Amino acid sequence: MLTRYEYGGDEFIFVELSESMSLEVNFQAMAITKKLREEKVKGLLDICPSNASYMVRFNPEDIHPDELISKLKELEQTVSVDDFEITSRMVDVPILFDDPWTNEALMRFRDRHQDPTSTDLEYAARINGFGSKEELIKAITDYPYLVSMIGFVPGLPWCYQMVPQEKQIEVPKYVRPRTYTPERAFGFGGAFAVIYPVQGAGGYQLFGTAAAPIYQKEQSLHDFKDSITFPRQGDIFRYRSITMEEFQSIQQQVEDGTFRYLTREITFTPKQVLEDPKAFSDDVLGRLYV
Amino acid sequence: MIKVMSPGLQTTVQDNGRIGYYEVGMPPSGAMDKYSLTVGNLLVGNDENAAALEITYMGPVLQFQEDAIIALTGGEIPPKINGQPVPMWETLSVKAGDELSFDFVKQGARVYLAVAGGIDVPLIMGSRSTYTLCGIGGLEGRPLEQGDELNIGNQSKHQVPVGTRVQSEFIPSFSKVNEIRVIVGLCSYRLTEESKQRFFSIDWTVTTEANRVGYRFKGERLNFVEREQPFGAGSNPSNVVDLGYPIGSIQVPDGVEPIALLNDAVTGGGYATVGTIISTDLDKMAQIKTNEKVRFVAVDIEEALQARKENKQKIEKLKQQLFQL
Repeated sequence: MLTRYEYGGDEFIFVELSESMSLEVNFQAMAITKKLREEKVKGLLDICPSNASYMVRFNPEDIHPDELISKLKELEQTVSVDDFEITSRMVDVPILFDDPWTNEALMRFRDRHQDPTSTDLEYAARINGFGSKEELIKAITDYPYLVSMIGFVPGLPWCYQMVPQEKQIEVPKYVRPRTYTPERAFGFGGAFAVIYPVQGAGGYQLFGTAAAPIYQKEQSLHDFKDSITFPRQGDIFRYRSITMEEFQSIQQQVEDGTFRYLTREITFTPKQVLEDPKAFSDDVLGRLYV
Repeated sequence: MIKVMSPGLQTTVQDNGRIGYYEVGMPPSGAMDKYSLTVGNLLVGNDENAAALEITYMGPVLQFQEDAIIALTGGEIPPKINGQPVPMWETLSVKAGDELSFDFVKQGARVYLAVAGGIDVPLIMGSRSTYTLCGIGGLEGRPLEQGDELNIGNQSKHQVPVGTRVQSEFIPSFSKVNEIRVIVGLCSYRLTEESKQRFFSIDWTVTTEANRVGYRFKGERLNFVEREQPFGAGSNPSNVVDLGYPIGSIQVPDGVEPIALLNDAVTGGGYATVGTIISTDLDKMAQIKTNEKVRFVAVDIEEALQARKENKQKIEKLKQQLFQL
């Protein structure tokens, strides 16, 4: 399929690299936008890599949109993921699955769901061929995710699991979106896992709640010193299933201001991930929890 | 200081917006009608990016605790000082103790109150604009409430004589039927040819969901080209693999009611976007109310750039008139 270059009014260019999601295409979007950032093109206001596409905002008084499109097309031809190196963070993200808060929320909106008679976890387990919700939780937490896009609201990470496509979990979004999602809800929609940074509307299946914030406007925690949002595109998140006891202990640390995410720096190439995702995942987990 | 006696329906502090944080999911916020904000700031001699109050549908009651120079621009919500009508689009002087209030909205939807010096609230990520969803910017990240007190800043650049008036050619006119120019594109390949044509040939009615996040329209169902949904997109034909949404972009969840995303919108998601309102017409969009009609008009990029250029020239011409530069 050919890449689509589209005007988003007179201030945006939207580039759809592919209609379908894959790790390959996300790495390509990452590589192109990284190069674009390095080139410091005059008039560029925002560079937003997304899942299988990317978008830029520009000032048309500084650069004509067609000139910018030529520039982007040139990058598509010259940038290769083969010699692209990503330096980012591996992060341990503790999740309380099947928790009281998302359970309360999802029960309130049963009439907007595909299957009003079961919970989101039970439904997702069934349609993905798992025998129980525990098996689904195991599959979600066994392998890490690439943070493939940030957006919707400040800091929301779209996370794509680093496994071959046949092992990807895929679920539909709610038939009609909910008007309420609790803060820090862990959700799944399409092939993406997300954490909702703040309370609000939402249409993803609800599986659990993150113990620690990913958005903090007060910036009192160490991880928010430089930015009110924590996730960054290119991060590798490992979702870890925790007990209520650990959840409460983390909450206490957040309140005390002592909480810090367990993170380690990692440098890797798309090739490492694509050639043997299992070996890459094992390596990530091994190094994160040394 | 300005004291809020009654807050109105939704009054927020806004400037030109929080630019450069779209990639972390932060929308720009800022004045919905930037032309009116700019003219207001010019009339009080402010820096063009000074923060003003954006007043929606129903005006607040404000008491000035100090003498001030003010101007009111935007939609027609007739202003009064101490109960006496005062003109919009004119440099006005208020004295300590004066009370500013408003009659019912006559035309348009949003009024801007610019104060010489600007509204002084902390800069958050380079802007004073209020973003209520995350509770940042403006006054404590929320709309004004009764009893709030607003400080006046020092972003004054010129002294503008009281009584300075904007000529009628610079005052926008309002209508209940509006043409809004759109560049078709983004994921418009998802719509059938017939639906693409229908989108531009019917009058859409603005629903009650019309706010700083976006406007939702009622009209008729639009149809998507049949396909096997690509991997990761989700099952509805209006779903795409989650992507970025430009400001002003229009999406049609499930083909039912188009939504135009505006200043406080979500920055991305999984619905096919079919076109984008040109930046110049976002000002016009901001002055449209529930139940009014919108006809979308397809334009190309050169027409959009021309409209943008004319809008900038208009502001330059106004500056020359006001300041006889």
